[in-house]
Amino acid sequence: MSQDSRHVVIAGAGHAGGSAAAMLRQLGWQGAITLVGEEPIPPYQRPPLSKAWLKGEATTESLLLRPAHFYPDAGIDLRPGTRVTAIDRAAKAVTLSDGAALSYDFLILALGARARRLPLPGRDLGRVLELRTVADADQLKAVLHPDARLAVIGGGYIGLEAAASARALGAEVVVIERESRVLARVAGPILSNFFQDYHRGQGVAIETDAQVIELDAADGTVAGVRLGDGRVIPCDATLIGVGVVANEALARDAGLGCDNGIIVDLAARTDDPAIFAVGDCTNRPLPLYGRMARLESVPNALEQARQAASQICGKPPPAPEVPWFWSDQYDLRLQIAGLPFDATETVVRGDIPGAKFALFHLAADGTVRAVEAVNASTEFMGGRRIIARGKRLSRRRIEDMSVSMQELAA
Amino acid sequence: MPSITYVEHNGTEHVVEVPVGKSVMQGAVENNIPGIDADCGGECACATCHVYVDAAWLDKTGLPPVGSQEASMLSFAAVTQPDSRLSCQIKVTEALDGLVVRMPEGQH
Repeated sequence: MSQDSRHVVIAGAGHAGGSAAAMLRQLGWQGAITLVGEEPIPPYQRPPLSKAWLKGEATTESLLLRPAHFYPDAGIDLRPGTRVTAIDRAAKAVTLSDGAALSYDFLILALGARARRLPLPGRDLGRVLELRTVADADQLKAVLHPDARLAVIGGGYIGLEAAASARALGAEVVVIERESRVLARVAGPILSNFFQDYHRGQGVAIETDAQVIELDAADGTVAGVRLGDGRVIPCDATLIGVGVVANEALARDAGLGCDNGIIVDLAARTDDPAIFAVGDCTNRPLPLYGRMARLESVPNALEQARQAASQICGKPPPAPEVPWFWSDQYDLRLQIAGLPFDATETVVRGDIPGAKFALFHLAADGTVRAVEAVNASTEFMGGRRIIARGKRLSRRRIEDMSVSMQELAA
Repeated sequence: MPSITYVEHNGTEHVVEVPVGKSVMQGAVENNIPGIDADCGGECACATCHVYVDAAWLDKTGLPPVGSQEASMLSFAAVTQPDSRLSCQIKVTEALDGLVVRMPEGQH
């Protein structure tokens, strides 16, 4: 038996929390680990929910981060269907939704984010859906039969990925976006236009600059989306994907610093040295960009889980990573390296109509800040290296396809 | 069930049985073997499941050839060698029973 009587409690069993538990064991943590998760199944991957899962190409088993038997085998006490409801920092103890109390030596908050809820008349009608959990995805899957009409409110990643999957299943799709372009919050205009054109080419109708006023009902179920210009988009179901809100209330109630997420340092520590926070619920430093940001991505969740586990186990901190993101839609693989903070210029490398290109976003001094790559993994991988090294490049060399990425990154 | 040997960069060996049809990456993740991160979950999108395939296995039939997506991703992975592969792209078959893969110093 282990001589280590210390206890790590992890609040939240999504990608970040589940990975933190596994990484603690990889790094040799001998004490107890309790993993408290709201959902009924063990930690799973969310990215396939809008893609392979909707299309019926994934199983619950393939969705799980690790098989269910891993947790007991690794001495991780997984408590599904349970939430941490309060933190007593003085006593170093948490209360759970089932009334249990647990003392901790280290607490990791992996609380995730929740879908932003629009104050929209008709929001509570039947078949008005969101997409965050496997339960949400199952509801969406149930309505996506051929010729079903899906109205998607919000042209972000979730909305566009769901639109692509819905088209693959034969459904009619209208995407309704408040801004003048899709992906407005997460991508530059060239990429937005490309995705807009590509989706239209696949039969998706896209309404931009569109104000949603209310959802019309028929027998308690959504029947249409009423727009500001008076038009009604008829539909059999509505998916709302308009961003997420960090779950920070538990931390805020415990007096931890929060500002659009729980504030952490590069070891994922909050301002209480015994409490860490990882994943979508955090506002974290980005040393490459000299600022704080809240990132919503699997790589970010994993990087912070590694930071927290390393710190708790007394191991050297992992090397800082260039933030990155990916999205698969139709036959398009979008991979983004970095973030376009302070970028003043965009350079195209490759063939936009041929759907194989990369967009390099440069700061005024030529430093590469972000690379958005469509079906161009070499540019993505090279871009990560270039960004990590703070390299400057000229427009002329980036555009010149006779200059290889190896040369650009050298 | 085929047996796969994973050797950490520090020399620690892990011998595990991996079901036919799973990838070499999945075999590592499901057994929580350190050194294979697999951030993207097996989509060939991140290059953090990079391994070196033991020389004796490089020419064996049963080892799938390097695909173009895999080659692109490997082009800038950390510390690549001629025997570098992404373990999410190697499906386990009976013919791979006894396969030995080694981990690089880091995946990031």
